[in-house]
Amino acid sequence: MSRTPGETTLLAADARVEIDALEHVRRSPIVDPGGVTFVYRGAADAVSLRLWIHGLPATQPFERVGETDLWVLRVELPGNSRIEYKFAVTRDGSEEWILDPMNPLRAADPFGANSVAQGHGYVRPEWTVSDGQARAGAIEEITVHSAALGDERHIGVYVPARFRRSRHYPLLIVHDGFDYLRYADLRVVLDNLIHRLEIPPLIAAFTQSPDRLEEYAGHDGHARFVAVEIPELLQHSFPLHPSPAARGLIGASFGAVASLHAAWRHPGAFGRLALQSGSFAFADIGHHRRSSTFDPVARFVNEFRRRPGRPAERMYLSCGIYESLIYENRSLVPLLRHHGIEVRYEEVRDGHNWENWRDRLQSALTWLFPGPLWMIYE
Amino acid sequence: MSDILVLGPQFRSPNIRAALARTGLSGPIVTITAGWQEREGELAALEGHLDQPVRDLRLYERAEAVFNQDAELHDTHRLRQADLRRLQELYRIRLAHAKTAARELFATSDDSELMRNARRAALSAIRRLDAEHLKAIGRIHARWDARLGVRTRPMLARQLAELEHLVEQAGIVCLAGGHVAVLLNRLRLFGLERLLRTRPVIAWSAGAMAISERIVLFHDHPPQGAGNAEIFEAGLGLVRGTVFLPHAASRLALGDRDRVSLLTRRLSPAACITLDDGSMLHWHRGRLVACANSSRLKRTGGTAALDTTR
Repeated sequence: MSRTPGETTLLAADARVEIDALEHVRRSPIVDPGGVTFVYRGAADAVSLRLWIHGLPATQPFERVGETDLWVLRVELPGNSRIEYKFAVTRDGSEEWILDPMNPLRAADPFGANSVAQGHGYVRPEWTVSDGQARAGAIEEITVHSAALGDERHIGVYVPARFRRSRHYPLLIVHDGFDYLRYADLRVVLDNLIHRLEIPPLIAAFTQSPDRLEEYAGHDGHARFVAVEIPELLQHSFPLHPSPAARGLIGASFGAVASLHAAWRHPGAFGRLALQSGSFAFADIGHHRRSSTFDPVARFVNEFRRRPGRPAERMYLSCGIYESLIYENRSLVPLLRHHGIEVRYEEVRDGHNWENWRDRLQSALTWLFPGPLWMIYE
Repeated sequence: MSDILVLGPQFRSPNIRAALARTGLSGPIVTITAGWQEREGELAALEGHLDQPVRDLRLYERAEAVFNQDAELHDTHRLRQADLRRLQELYRIRLAHAKTAARELFATSDDSELMRNARRAALSAIRRLDAEHLKAIGRIHARWDARLGVRTRPMLARQLAELEHLVEQAGIVCLAGGHVAVLLNRLRLFGLERLLRTRPVIAWSAGAMAISERIVLFHDHPPQGAGNAEIFEAGLGLVRGTVFLPHAASRLALGDRDRVSLLTRRLSPAACITLDDGSMLHWHRGRLVACANSSRLKRTGGTAALDTTR
């Protein structure tokens, strides 16, 4: 059914959007407390919304407004949500996926970029934005030979501002570290949280696997690289605190699997873990329900669920409720707590993407390494 | 009694030079920057603000040297700190429950006599807990001080003699901010309270907290936890009847009247004084004679600009 100009209509029960007003819209989507209305203007045979939200159809068709070139689609979206999307525009029988031309909000990831719809009430955390008052840390890039992996690896090392050799620093190892820097603003976040005294000054090592689907999926060589080789190497160059409580691992998606696996294979190496949207495929009985890429992950997670031990004293877990992985992540939490691990778990209205992981970094890092906020008054 | 000048944070909008000019204090300056820990004695910015050279007493470095040479003292100091940390943890657990009860009672609109009595009782429970905690801290210090025999340790005595000499040569002693526990520990270790009473003192941020009677740690919106202000220690007591709250504008929810009221009533009769950029308070012969850009938290919630009649 198409809508016509001049018609005053309800696009949803709680969102009265006048079609005439849509003619003047210059920005999409239009946000209201109950959802968002996507608007596309242009010649097309069909327009649809493509999104990756567990629970919603991957494709939703727009409605054309009369015989105009205006297309609209309203989607219910709870407050504080964040979703990423594209438009699929069909012309002359061919479909093209494009970014929303009327939406300046974009999120980049290793596969390109998506448009971003921020639900009512969502505000980008201010600590993710560069703060002129925060002193900037430096990133050194080094190449290391890994005996465990049998090749050379390029890693970045974050050294905090006002670094002192006389002080001992916690070490945070970051899976997909360069992606965290590029897509989750991790460098800005570290500078800001250190400046705000919310975490202590720390050394962070950024790793980036050339084959993450294999190396992050329960790979013993990679676990040794992360848990033994990197800390040993950095210990020669930086004054690292030796306690497991001052050693942390963070990763998202398969990187979370790699983090848990490395800590599990090397108990005592890490006292702190942050696992974001972990791809923790498992099957209590029968076969897991994901693709064969997840077979090695499921082998590890099944084994882990049988005998979790205590891979770290304290863990942070988060997952978006719009992710298909929410079940796997939720089910891990009671298991970890049952084994005496101090767990902080957060669910958010977001999907499997870098800005979700960026927005959780304050919670994650302050849980892993609480800063001297209460003690320092400069 | 010497003049005392208390200032807001000095790293963004320093007003130390203007405050000195306004109060007429002058002379050679020694600084205590132990709160900066490893950055102790990095004085270029401060000298720039003051437009005069200063000399740092290097308490942090001196303490490290003493600990390196006197293993028994170091071990005993660590044990004392471990006791204090444990005590603080236990206090925090009790405080969390007491604060939750009080906040719940203060948040209701019920103004019946029963409710008013319940609120008073909840507040009294917190005040009793704070007072007990401070006494327990005092007992730990007394026990370990006796065991340490601080005054009889030759290395410490040598350092103290040097410090006395340096302070005697100075016209003014400045206490900078930083890590309040580290600063207070070093001041205590070298017994500087007596020396500080002999010279005009300028203190800001953690330095101001250290010279007050009671040190209160606070942050209303930390990334983890409930943000319950907690009694941390007794300070040196150079300024009495006042709890200093540095960076109050960013650390406290000053717009939350219930929260402000509860904190103010909990710490009364001490006045809760904010110290933000540009704050300046001047005590002369024990009396507050000048102040600027500072506020007092009100029992009813909110703040009022501080004046000398407070």
